[in-house]
Amino acid sequence: MLHYPFVHRALIAGILIALLSGYYGVFVVQRGLSFMGNGLAHATFGGVALGLFLDIEPLWVAVPFTMLVAMGIVRVQLHTRIAGDTVIGVFFATSMALGIIFLSMKTGVTIDAFSYLFGSLMAVGWPDLCAMFVMLFLTACMLPMWGRWAYATFDRELAQADRLNIRIHDHLLAACLAATIVISVRLVGILLIAAFLVIPPATARLVAHSFFGMTVLSILFGLASVVVGMLASLAWDLPTGASVVMVQASMFFAFVTKQGAGGEFR
Amino acid sequence: MKKRTNIIEIIDLSVMLGDYKALSGITVSIPSGAWVMVTGPNGGGKTTLLKCILGLITPSTGTMLIDGLAPQKIKPDIIGYVPQFKTLDRHFPARVIELVSSGIIRHWPGKLRRNHHRQAMDALEKVGAGKLASQSVGTLSGGELQRVYLARAMVRKPQLILLDEAATGMDVTGEVDMYEILENWRDRTNSTIVMVSHDWQGEHYHASHALLVNRGLISFGHPHEALSEKNLGRAFGHATHKHDHIHASTHRHEHSDTMTESR
Repeated sequence: MLHYPFVHRALIAGILIALLSGYYGVFVVQRGLSFMGNGLAHATFGGVALGLFLDIEPLWVAVPFTMLVAMGIVRVQLHTRIAGDTVIGVFFATSMALGIIFLSMKTGVTIDAFSYLFGSLMAVGWPDLCAMFVMLFLTACMLPMWGRWAYATFDRELAQADRLNIRIHDHLLAACLAATIVISVRLVGILLIAAFLVIPPATARLVAHSFFGMTVLSILFGLASVVVGMLASLAWDLPTGASVVMVQASMFFAFVTKQGAGGEFR
Repeated sequence: MKKRTNIIEIIDLSVMLGDYKALSGITVSIPSGAWVMVTGPNGGGKTTLLKCILGLITPSTGTMLIDGLAPQKIKPDIIGYVPQFKTLDRHFPARVIELVSSGIIRHWPGKLRRNHHRQAMDALEKVGAGKLASQSVGTLSGGELQRVYLARAMVRKPQLILLDEAATGMDVTGEVDMYEILENWRDRTNSTIVMVSHDWQGEHYHASHALLVNRGLISFGHPHEALSEKNLGRAFGHATHKHDHIHASTHRHEHSDTMTESR
């Protein structure tokens, strides 16, 4: 099956998702924002439903919609004393409810909307790949932000004392995260995208001694799991996204077991 | 560059945190080269004052000038900041050398440049923490971590070092070592030290000035005068036994001197 063009496209898409989610995921994990990944993925559902309701390509509506939700979450977190997970929970539920309302107002699109819940790497088209390449290009342009985001992740007060405008950087990071999630959701599914953002970085954290090392390993673990997971999915005719996540989880638990046995938890 | 007589000028400074009046009517001039301990009761505004100097909190009214400029307008390199180490995220994967280097480049280092590595190592050696360079930050003890933060503050050769309850949670030996490092640094560079502390008895012996606050200025001047029994009573709202404290503190320092010598 490896010679089919759709498999090539799926493999390229998987690699791009692994690069993006591995990179942004280290900030998600170190900032304790794992729930943010889940929340934004579910917010995407509202954007997709709105796109279907308006008869516009869902991706073009879901990207700004989810970015707005991400900005909203950051803004409410910065300006209120409500716990972060509570704020995410409010936006997450509101977006899902909006999505359900939009779907109920339009007949015949429910199946389209629910296909986003599980996604399909094998159904990836060139427009999806283009969106991912654009996101990868933007991420490459913003690589100098890594040191600033990492600094604010380590200690917000130290970063502020060094005149880093963490509000702007928080919004920028949230927007990048939202865009990455939306363009990945169609392929990986709302229910599994959070795994791509959390499991490879968490595995990298078990091994890495530095944040730079964690970032590199997170991307590498993501890439390895995509390749192995997709091959397994082709070999045994399993759902692709779920197969990749199972490989990611196996790697995570293998390192947990190894380090637990050696007493090397850091 | 000509050094000013007063590195910090605070004129009628007030800070509102929401509806809460954290500080009001503070007017103080801190001379260059001074060692100022900022002390007072919990919730008295010590850390708020420090954050105003850092430029993290904007005063509601009044003026704060660092080296003649508003805190937000000065070069960050002028200030070396040592935060409370209890705020450290010990789960963040970081090596000591990276933490110290972040003080030079003002963002988190990816691959360290050779000159930054050398500068960071020099700073670590100066505080006696050179051997910790490749260790994970999360594995350090409180005393080790405070040395590392001191190295981080000193690596940029600041005119002003700010410490926020830096001695909290340290054992007596670590505390004495830290004061010694700071005193040597001040002697060598004539930089100014502003240290927020609950432990006014311990730091009392090193400071040239004490600033006693309780939502407003209670006193400022030589520690013996600023921390008079009357002023402490005004700040803490009850009679204090200053002499008992100092007596106990002297004992503690004698004890720690013995420990330092025996090491």
